[in-house]
Amino acid sequence: MSELRVAGVSYAVADRLILKGVDLEVRQGEILAVMGMSGSGKTTLLKCIAGLIKPSQGSITVDGEDIVPMTETQLDRVRLRIGLVFQYAALFDSLTVQANVGFGPLQHRTKTPAAVAELVTSLLADVGMPGTERMLPAELSGGMRKRVGLARALANEPGLLLYDEPTSGLDPVIARTIDDLIVETRDRRGVTSVVVSHDIPSIFRIADRVAMIDQGLIIEAGTPAELRHSSDSRVRAFVDA
Amino acid sequence: MVAATFVGETSILAGQAAWLAMRGKFSLRETIRQMAAMGVDSIPIIMLTCAATGSVLAFYVADVLVRFGGASFVGGMIALSFLLELGPVLAGVMVAARSGAAVAAEIGSMVVTEQIDALRMMSVPPVRYLVTPRVLACILMMPICGLFADMAGIFGGLLMASTHGVTQSAFMESIRTMATHADLMKGLAKTLWFGLTIAVVACHQGLNTQRGATGVGAATTRSVVLCVVFIFVSDFFLAQVLSGASASMR
Repeated sequence: MSELRVAGVSYAVADRLILKGVDLEVRQGEILAVMGMSGSGKTTLLKCIAGLIKPSQGSITVDGEDIVPMTETQLDRVRLRIGLVFQYAALFDSLTVQANVGFGPLQHRTKTPAAVAELVTSLLADVGMPGTERMLPAELSGGMRKRVGLARALANEPGLLLYDEPTSGLDPVIARTIDDLIVETRDRRGVTSVVVSHDIPSIFRIADRVAMIDQGLIIEAGTPAELRHSSDSRVRAFVDA
Repeated sequence: MVAATFVGETSILAGQAAWLAMRGKFSLRETIRQMAAMGVDSIPIIMLTCAATGSVLAFYVADVLVRFGGASFVGGMIALSFLLELGPVLAGVMVAARSGAAVAAEIGSMVVTEQIDALRMMSVPPVRYLVTPRVLACILMMPICGLFADMAGIFGGLLMASTHGVTQSAFMESIRTMATHADLMKGLAKTLWFGLTIAVVACHQGLNTQRGATGVGAATTRSVVLCVVFIFVSDFFLAQVLSGASASMR
């Protein structure tokens, strides 16, 4: 279980400010959903938290360690405790499902190949994909890919799990399955979760707390009930749309 | 400025790959897979190209030399041309066009589909997993490709020369008289440099891919163009350096 604190994070590309001093706190074992319109800076914020891009200002603290000044090598150590489920899963298309899910532990040699195979079987069963070990990513549907992506993110046993638009492009039934998986994963493994999405029904189904980001700024944060009854016209417009 | 950035970035990439290779931090299985994909699978097309070039070269050279009584020089001239110049350069160009393009496209696709970010999220540095095996594979396989290029070129030349009245024994005797082991080694030394250039440039272009599918196409094209230009330009300097080195040894 991890704790995440984002303080005054700004990110600029060329002269354009994408994040303008974002402040966030995610408690251990909590599911925080960051919602906002396309281009509001949600994915950029997630990539900053994952250490994939460096903010121009501010600090991002994971379990008490500020990751912003870290080198790539130092970040590699921290990233072992962070999992990211990509919007389009980002599975390695030349590798089977088994090799994708077991990739991290095999590369880091934290387990024997037999133990990794066992772990992969168990993770695939957990995400509702048993018996798919030999399939290639090209043979999977969008929902199946996301589930395999989640299994792969869980293989390193992260304390903090980041989800980038987990339900986008999925039909409502599959989206609901993914929502249930996010909550189950937290309940079963106790992982702290940050979910970036613009899928309102999904957000209100899974989140313990919700933050609304607009033009690179967090304009409101609170429980789903508080956001639903927000007095801010931008939040209301988004929630009621 | 762009050129300086490019030279700086590719030098750093090559340095990182060399450092990881020296520490044994790379996948041997992936290196062997790349040796097959970049080297072994390129050999047929290299041999075909070089055999055709050798034939054309012999067609012109044999025609002139036989007319002026120099049939005994045909084999040697073709062999020297291939050992020193055509074999390494043609092998380099073919590997750059076939395997360099494939590497740039593969890594570029991985960038735009976030697979490189996925590697980083699993604390697996892309240079270790992708670049080092490709650089090692290309450096190790290029001399072998060069050797096959030399053999195919000389064989193509032999076939064509025989149609111009140069006997097989005269052709081979000419090679033995004019070409030396040092000529072969000079050519193969060039291929080592070409291998490094092709792999590093292709990986660099792939890793710097931007803007989706269009970006992958642009990176692939840039990779091939840059590799071919670097092969020809560096060949000029390598020829001077290697000739100077052999002259000083004499």
